[in-house]
Amino acid sequence: MSQQLSINGVTHTVDVDDDTPLLWVLRDVIGLTGTKFGCGIALCGACTVHIDGVPRRSCITSVRSVGNASIRTIEALETTPVGRSLQKAWLDLEVVQCGYCQSGQLMSAAALLAGNATPSDEDIDTVMSGNVCRCGTYGRIRAAIKQAAAEIHQSAPEGTR
Amino acid sequence: MKCAHAVALVGVLLAATTVADTPLEPLRSPQEFDSIRDRAARSKAYFTEAAKVLQHPRCLNCHPATRSPTQGDDLHPHVPLVQAGPENKGTKELPCSSCHGAANAATLGARVKSIPGNDHWSLAPASMAWQGLTTAEICEQIKDPKRNGNRTLAQLEKHLAEDPLVGWAWDPGEGRAPAPGTQQVFGQLISAWIKTGAHCENRSR
Repeated sequence: MSQQLSINGVTHTVDVDDDTPLLWVLRDVIGLTGTKFGCGIALCGACTVHIDGVPRRSCITSVRSVGNASIRTIEALETTPVGRSLQKAWLDLEVVQCGYCQSGQLMSAAALLAGNATPSDEDIDTVMSGNVCRCGTYGRIRAAIKQAAAEIHQSAPEGTR
Repeated sequence: MKCAHAVALVGVLLAATTVADTPLEPLRSPQEFDSIRDRAARSKAYFTEAAKVLQHPRCLNCHPATRSPTQGDDLHPHVPLVQAGPENKGTKELPCSSCHGAANAATLGARVKSIPGNDHWSLAPASMAWQGLTTAEICEQIKDPKRNGNRTLAQLEKHLAEDPLVGWAWDPGEGRAPAPGTQQVFGQLISAWIKTGAHCENRSR
């Protein structure tokens, strides 16, 4: 079945079975391999992408269910101020260990900061509990999200803070 | 907290290996209660039978005692630890729709065979918490407009008998035991309960 998908602002035409997981389309058809396969059962968060701004587990999202929605992957993280601040904080604090889960962690973190500009530790722990890290980088992830939030707050024009 | 999540995650994976292929539980039809001559007693018996559905894990998991759902036949904490949020559909940052789509979805893993889904997937409001309540307490709650979404008994019957999200309990996706009987028989029991006065058992535990 031929279907058009809007991925990171670019329209792609793909010819796949309509029950194909979005994750396979991203990785194997489009070649966007930043999004990772983790558990395959929507429990680890490694495959997180944004669909119309909502974080979604792409391993259990059929391509049919996406329709005309706008898909954003880790490859487009740097196109937003929130994404750039997160990338900087991730590097500053050397969050990554093996790195496998980190694209999903960053996409969930971006969704968190888009909805909550000043998250508390509890907010972060709750939202990020959907992303598992076998290296145990949770403490650094939390610190990096707080640093990014602070940077975004600092750079916001006076009166919008 | 992360340790708790890890333990819960292991629980999910272990539970998933034992839940599948559970034999379907029967649900008796209203006609099977015709021998109860006392109208109030028959009404209570209808509700007690219908409560096999209300007290089933497919229903209880999203009618939790707290503002976080549970999972599995053992009602373990939901992984991840999602919150109801302002509209009972999760928070903006971690909505239910991160994992639960418009229909049940097959997974790429063997131990959890499907992720539940429905167009109206959401958590029951706090006033409709059922976990920890007796059948008698649920009976009183479910007919109380202050706690049942301001529904009349007729609206309640329609909701339970026809709502697609209620109906999900009988079509919960591969690897998950459905609620007893069918939504049709469940609706008939609720209808019979209402027609006989919507009586509840005494609340003593």
